[in-house]
Amino acid sequence: MLSAEAIEKIEYELAKYPKDRRQAAVMSALRIVQIERGWLSKESVTDVAKYLGIPEIAAMEVASFYNMYDLQPVGQYKITVCTNISCMLRGSDEIVDHLQHTLGVGFNEVTADGKFCIKEGECMGCCGGAPLLHVNNTHMHEFLTTEKVDALLEELNKG
Amino acid sequence: MLNIEIDGKPLEVEHGSTIIDAADAAGIAIPRFCYHKKLSVAANCRMCLVQVEKFNKPLPACATPVADGMKIYTRSKAAVEAQQSVMEFLLINHPLDCPICDQGGECDLQDIAVAYGASGSRYTEEKRVVFNKNIGPLVSTDMTRCIQCTRCVRFLKEVGGMQELGMVGRGEHAEITAYVDQSVNSELSGNIIDLCPVGALTSKPFRYSARSWELTRRSSIAPHDGLGSHIEVHVKDHKVMRVLPREKESINECWLSDRDRFSYEGLNSPDRLKVPMIKHNGQWQETDWKTALEFAAGQLKDITKQYGGDALGVLVSPNSTMEEGYLIKQLSEGLGCGNVDYRLRQTDFRLDGKRTGTPWMGCNIQEIEELDRILLIGSNIRNEHPLLAQRIRKAVANGAELCIVSPLDNDPLMDVAHKVIVRPNDMVNVLGQILKAMSGLQKLSLCLPPTLNTLLEEIKVRPNTQKIAECLAGISEELILIAPKVGIFLGNMALSDPRFTEMYSMAEAIGGITGAKGGILPPAANSTGMHLMGVMPSATGMHARAMIEVPRKAYLLLNIEPELDCQHAALATDAMAKAECVIALTAYKSAALENADILLPIAPFTETSGTFMSMEGRVQSFQAVTRPLGECRPAWKVLRVLANTLGLNGFDYNSSEEVKNKIFHGEKPSALVWRSLNNNLKELVEIQINIKKEGLQRIGEVPQYESDPIVRRSPPLQKTKYNIRPMARMHADQLTELGLQDGDLVVAYQDKGSALLKVRLDNHVAKGCVRVAAAHPLTAGLGDLMGDITIEKASTEHAALYEKQLTEMA
Ligand code: SF4
Ligand code: FES
Ligand code: FES
Repeated sequence: MLSAEAIEKIEYELAKYPKDRRQAAVMSALRIVQIERGWLSKESVTDVAKYLGIPEIAAMEVASFYNMYDLQPVGQYKITVCTNISCMLRGSDEIVDHLQHTLGVGFNEVTADGKFCIKEGECMGCCGGAPLLHVNNTHMHEFLTTEKVDALLEELNKG
Repeated sequence: MLNIEIDGKPLEVEHGSTIIDAADAAGIAIPRFCYHKKLSVAANCRMCLVQVEKFNKPLPACATPVADGMKIYTRSKAAVEAQQSVMEFLLINHPLDCPICDQGGECDLQDIAVAYGASGSRYTEEKRVVFNKNIGPLVSTDMTRCIQCTRCVRFLKEVGGMQELGMVGRGEHAEITAYVDQSVNSELSGNIIDLCPVGALTSKPFRYSARSWELTRRSSIAPHDGLGSHIEVHVKDHKVMRVLPREKESINECWLSDRDRFSYEGLNSPDRLKVPMIKHNGQWQETDWKTALEFAAGQLKDITKQYGGDALGVLVSPNSTMEEGYLIKQLSEGLGCGNVDYRLRQTDFRLDGKRTGTPWMGCNIQEIEELDRILLIGSNIRNEHPLLAQRIRKAVANGAELCIVSPLDNDPLMDVAHKVIVRPNDMVNVLGQILKAMSGLQKLSLCLPPTLNTLLEEIKVRPNTQKIAECLAGISEELILIAPKVGIFLGNMALSDPRFTEMYSMAEAIGGITGAKGGILPPAANSTGMHLMGVMPSATGMHARAMIEVPRKAYLLLNIEPELDCQHAALATDAMAKAECVIALTAYKSAALENADILLPIAPFTETSGTFMSMEGRVQSFQAVTRPLGECRPAWKVLRVLANTLGLNGFDYNSSEEVKNKIFHGEKPSALVWRSLNNNLKELVEIQINIKKEGLQRIGEVPQYESDPIVRRSPPLQKTKYNIRPMARMHADQLTELGLQDGDLVVAYQDKGSALLKVRLDNHVAKGCVRVAAAHPLTAGLGDLMGDITIEKASTEHAALYEKQLTEMA
């Protein structure tokens, strides 16, 4: 069951599309539910599909296509490092190594305290700031160095 | 028209067609995987790349509309290079395991790889593996072989009406799957087997049983629903190995329902009757044809001589051929018996003698697509005629509005504009309301016969029926259609209803006002044919219902299992038990024929020639595709010899064609059919609209995989989700009213009989009704399909009994 807040937000999105095109709001709806629940379990995808009145598999197609939807738990902070060509040329491998070493987890794994998870990201269209990462799909950090990463982790650990 | 050139060949093509359409029409081969003429264009496989002059890269033929003066090359160097690259690309992750793949020998990928691919691959890395999914008992999966063309996905979404498969993941991780371990439940699911261009989706029942080149392909006609779909039966060593659709645009297009596709698995079931049998002192004994036929003839003669022809009852399956129907009718007449009928699941015969011709669907199957408004009365269309539902779905996708009046609110998997879900008894009133509202809308009330006007006086039009009337008149939210094309159809539940006459008359009147096409949707493969053959009681004869209500001394049964095929199971069982002699022409030694005395083994549709007439009046003959099993004989031959043994004249036919010629007097069948098909009534029938009814009503629907003896024996169909044990399904409000809960055990009573059933909450059932499926041993004690029923909570003894029943059935 979707929460009242989630429904309110989804309705806001639905209003942007014609009445008989509820499927159009599937991306927003999935995003809203993911933010609320931290990640998208099968139940969450089902809830979204049911609410929009679309086949569950159609919602799953979308949820599994885009990188920013998480179909597994991701902990409190999801750190997505871009590993595409520009970032790679600018040293993303080193950033990834450093992160994995510091946090003691590999890609798609969550630290034991449930705080961090590292993900491999695709080009975020900001190659000018390479190498870069973002936290929880929203906060981007550019021109990374290992020092900058340490500072970021420290800040997050505090917060 | 546009002028283009493909491979130097000048062509004239229509505006808006794609390169692939133009090439197909001109017979120029362009390889393809994802494109299918009946599905939306996905353009994702890129196999159809062609070179187009003035474009500096190859274009997908399936997604490129032609332009005037276009010059297209399908075999130029650039085109061939593109094709080879795509082929190499597609094969990167495709396993090269053709020798163990069921698709081998009829695989598009194999064929196109040979024709358009290179001889080797440069890819040496590891190939990906995708785990197989279990999507049900009909379709087997080998997902590593999938090339992601998405034909299966698009079919289920666009034609099946429900997207049950999808592509999850992205890029290298993309795979086709149903949602989290669900199965594919579409009644058209088998078509994805044909559509899949590789061996990813194959037929589960047929799997590993033969190679395509070992099979002999023979044409036939599907023997279950009223469409008369064209099928191709694949035979090996005189055994039917599988059934595929044969393309016939005006009937089944290139599709086939699962019932027609997989029923063949029931042909050679273990209880298939292979030799004639006679019951001696309660013991079945095998015998030879001569003895059996002489014995049967002797019995028939004795009984009709002693008690008169009237003592015999002849019940005929509407899935038997026209020839068989004709002969059994002649035979009965020869014995002075007028009690012949094929309408086994009908209760209301008040229209007998009032019809001008043979009732039919009132239009062609293809015409449905062009309708603007469709009114379905008492029909669970997906259950009854899956491919007709598909046509209606197309019409709705084209903008038609569908209205439903029914006691069941089953999802037809298409948009329903308006629906009224009420008890069967109240459907008449609802139709009356529509009629009244219509006549008001059209200001035509004076055109209704005065009697009808008086009948309608007491009726109050409610808002939802007003809506339906407006819809049928062409008025809708967005626009008003002047003279919309309307279709009105009555389905199985209406046909079995005790107030069918009322529903029919109302539908006819509504049709008269709207200028609608339409009629009944006859349930079986040859229902209309049987009517044309006059396989119905003579003026003094008894109809199917009367024959079991007032037991006869003897019965002659053609191709039926009385308790499962007759509309009143309990009466049918009782009548058979009481009869002195029951002669059954049957393909199976069925438990339902325990009370028979003589069993004559007849050939099912695959082993005999014959003719079916479809709901649209198409007369279609077919040949036997295999030889009869054991001592089985085609029923037309058995009837001929039986008649000869009885000493009746005029039964010297040497082939079913001779019978057919006799039927049509050597005329073209269509000529006779054209004269005969008519839904009009000769005279007004007396009807009552406002009958109040208290108490619960049964909705005794026949599930699609229980509809006839062959289907009932097909293991894969029986394993589908459709086939759940009959239950007492009721609306939540109804359950509260009765103090029941989902899962409770109840006793359902009808007339003198009863059945033990589990309660199931089903909000698709109209209030005041209990949906109890028919044609099942569990409900063999019950009565009228659409009759009164009472429900009582079961005791603990009942619970034990129910468990026992279940173990017995298993
Ligand atoms: S399973 Fe077959 S039809 Fe479906 S996408 Fe894969 S290759 Fe195409
Ligand atoms: S490659 Fe990293 S942002 Fe573009
Ligand atoms: S057939 Fe044209 S892209 Fe697949």
